Amino acid sequence: MAFTPTGPHAERRAGDDRRQSDRRHPMTGNRMDPGAAGPHGGIERHEYDVVVIGAGGAGLRAAIAAHDAGARVAVVCKSLLGKAHTVMAEGGIAAAMGNVYPDDGWQVHFRDTMRGGKMLNNWRMAQLHAQEAPERVLELEEWGALFDRTHDGLISQRDFGGHRYARLAHVGDRTGLEMIRTLQQRAVDLGVDVFMECTVTELFTEESADRRRISGAFAYWRETGRFIAFEAPSVVLATGGIGKSYQVTSNSWEYTGDGHALAMRAGASLINMEFVQFHPTGMVWPPSVKGILVTESVRGDGGILKNSEGKRFMFDYIPEYFKAETADTVEEAEGWYTDKKNHRRPPELLPRDEVARAINSEIKAGRGSPHGGVFLDIASRRDAEFIRRRLPSMYHQFKELADVDITAEPMEVGPTCHYVMGGVEVDADTEESIVEGLYAAGEVAGGMHGSNRLGGNSLSDLLVFGRRAGHNAAYHAAKVGRRRASVTDEQVKQATADALHPFEAASDSGGGGENPYTIQKDLQDVMQRLVGIIRRREELAESLADIATLKERAKNLSVEGHRQYNPGWHLALDLANMLVVSECIAKAALEREESRGGHTRDDFPGPDDRWGAINLVLTLPRGSDEVDLRHQPLPAMPEDLKKLFDQ
Amino acid sequence: MGYDLKMRVWRGDADGGELGDYTVPVEEGEVVLDAIHRLQATQAGDLAVRWNCKAGKCGSCSAEVNGRPRLMCMTRLSDYDESETITVTPMRAFPVIRDLVTDVSYNYEKAKELPAVRLTPRDPDGKRRMMQVDVERGQEFRKCIECFLCQDTCHVVRDHEENKQAFAGPRFFLRYAELDMHPLDTHDRRQLAQDAAGLGMCNITKCCTEVCPENIKITDNAIIPMKERVVDRKYDPVVWLGEKIMRRGDRASREEI
Repeated sequence: MAFTPTGPHAERRAGDDRRQSDRRHPMTGNRMDPGAAGPHGGIERHEYDVVVIGAGGAGLRAAIAAHDAGARVAVVCKSLLGKAHTVMAEGGIAAAMGNVYPDDGWQVHFRDTMRGGKMLNNWRMAQLHAQEAPERVLELEEWGALFDRTHDGLISQRDFGGHRYARLAHVGDRTGLEMIRTLQQRAVDLGVDVFMECTVTELFTEESADRRRISGAFAYWRETGRFIAFEAPSVVLATGGIGKSYQVTSNSWEYTGDGHALAMRAGASLINMEFVQFHPTGMVWPPSVKGILVTESVRGDGGILKNSEGKRFMFDYIPEYFKAETADTVEEAEGWYTDKKNHRRPPELLPRDEVARAINSEIKAGRGSPHGGVFLDIASRRDAEFIRRRLPSMYHQFKELADVDITAEPMEVGPTCHYVMGGVEVDADTEESIVEGLYAAGEVAGGMHGSNRLGGNSLSDLLVFGRRAGHNAAYHAAKVGRRRASVTDEQVKQATADALHPFEAASDSGGGGENPYTIQKDLQDVMQRLVGIIRRREELAESLADIATLKERAKNLSVEGHRQYNPGWHLALDLANMLVVSECIAKAALEREESRGGHTRDDFPGPDDRWGAINLVLTLPRGSDEVDLRHQPLPAMPEDLKKLFDQ
Repeated sequence: MGYDLKMRVWRGDADGGELGDYTVPVEEGEVVLDAIHRLQATQAGDLAVRWNCKAGKCGSCSAEVNGRPRLMCMTRLSDYDESETITVTPMRAFPVIRDLVTDVSYNYEKAKELPAVRLTPRDPDGKRRMMQVDVERGQEFRKCIECFLCQDTCHVVRDHEENKQAFAGPRFFLRYAELDMHPLDTHDRRQLAQDAAGLGMCNITKCCTEVCPENIKITDNAIIPMKERVVDRKYDPVVWLGEKIMRRGDRASREEI
């Protein structure tokens, strides 16, 4: 759907599009009317300074920043505006505003973030994030967000795993919705052009003296299947994550690793791809909702985890690394909710990787709940009114989808694939990748969260680095001025042919090729079974062989129907991205012979200092479809920041 | 346990279409969207449907299930008898693009017509203060997931394409009310709500409230208070002038736009 008066909707409102839609090629759905014979073969073209791919928190914040910096900006997104996955974020935005605990400050937030990521984070990103998050939250308020308040009228902040102080700005348990709506309304207010239901399939680049530089992007309208080429010297990737490659995930269909794959094909590098976050608490029953997120706020607000024997088991899983700051008796844990100065945190609020592994162990040991999870109990600990007020959407979700009243009985929960720490390797200050003019922000970027992300640090990440990416992308476009790279007709022709390939294959094979839904299902099975929470060498090697087979099968995809709003075709194109990203995850997971954060090796159960100083960098060599991996030293933290960890 | 569900799903595009008959195996605890997905994965790979979160949070999978505007992801099969045929059709108030996907650009156009929030300056410490009780009314309206089911069901536009020009619909009356109740906003949009957005055309039949999956009391908490506020402005110029001159109350800091 176009959101600009010049887009296809203007045409349609004029009423001619409908009649002409009769004249389509029977197989491809290509329009056969005279419009198809323009100078560029009927392909719609647009020129912008900055093209932002993705309209979640990072994409919209980037677009607003680029607009504010004077750039002409387009946002291109796969869904309708306002539906991006950010909407699913529940708990809050981590920002050391000190509204509840004046002792909080960026240094404490920085330290929590680095420790949560087991020190593998890009220190500079973690620093910028902690320093800038508070102002980004206040900006949202400026644009209309209505956060929950403290008694004296300030933005309220709630407790979350791994954060020393109550730090998450929130709106009940629907903070992501508030954030996306606020940014959406701001972008509309500013008049940013939005190309909705428009999927980018390729980035265009040009060789320059020393490195490749961005010249534009190629996309199709989901609605019509027609193609569209963007020319722009700056592209911001804000496409989110990769969760759809797993069977049990909290992620939506959009999370097919598009930005990760686009970046690689354009010559950029990925880091930290072995680190995938399994959120400890996803719904496990009924089957149709398996994986849907149950917010960490349930635990932040007093919820505890119990096994089938009724035991509060997290006390058995406190790792050495967090012993000093975690309560080891029920009495101390209970005291913490009201007196944080004199009590340590309950073990339920350890970082997510620790809690997910603990739940996994309990289930494996046969102490799981009837539907293969564990019990998350807030009903016996807080009164019904409190639960409904603090966790309204959890109450609604369980009531409507599982017939469970969370104010009266415990929930059944288990780990669900939630977030990828890895992503495009970027410069910490500018968010530019190694490809000139290609920026990445949010989940698609790597480095900020190290080996494990703390809850609440995602929404703040989107805002802080979305803004930085947008600003720098606009600056880059201004700097390039008229010396822009151009997109050649040859490039457009090639991108068109690639996108139409699934239809060609279908007609070559007489429609007897592979069903994209089946390959997706098989890939999800491989990733879930062999590259899941607990990994081992043999299984990872097996997964790589399986992925290679799936890549072969995917060459023979068959798609029915025509190009107009055809989900089978869309999935066929997304699959290529899912496959290359899955290969990255498996390859890096096989290489890293230690356990750290979101990467747990059964055969190498502990962390290893040597690995703690190394990033694994993945690239796709030109003309190859096999991922290349190399080691790279982690950027070294300056001494003044190191001191923060002495305490 | 599992059974074979008989479904009728509307297939077609702007040029016309018809209900297709399908039999889809379904499992315990599933929702209509699960059945649609299985249909798509096994029998009709090109069946067009919008969806994202599958948890009632994004408002993408709006359709009409047995004639009733619903989110497919929140409509449980167990609410129907196993022998019952479930009919799924696209939202009727919007033009069909293909199958269950409709052109909802009307809503995005209306969103553009609504002047955004403009707050009073920050406090000297760079922060803003609002009391929980004062933000709660607006928070209820901001629960809106923009599924547009209220727009779909509203009889002012449901079968009256000609009214769309002058009528923004319940979703945007929510927004006018939210901004009018914002403790720190500086705009007065009452005239705009009445004239440009067509608030007066609503005759409070509460259909919108009935279909809202977020259970927002659209009519009682947003539309009726907004209508009252418009009336205040219309018939009581003395009060309005008094507020303006005496700088009394919330209205004092607002500029009409």
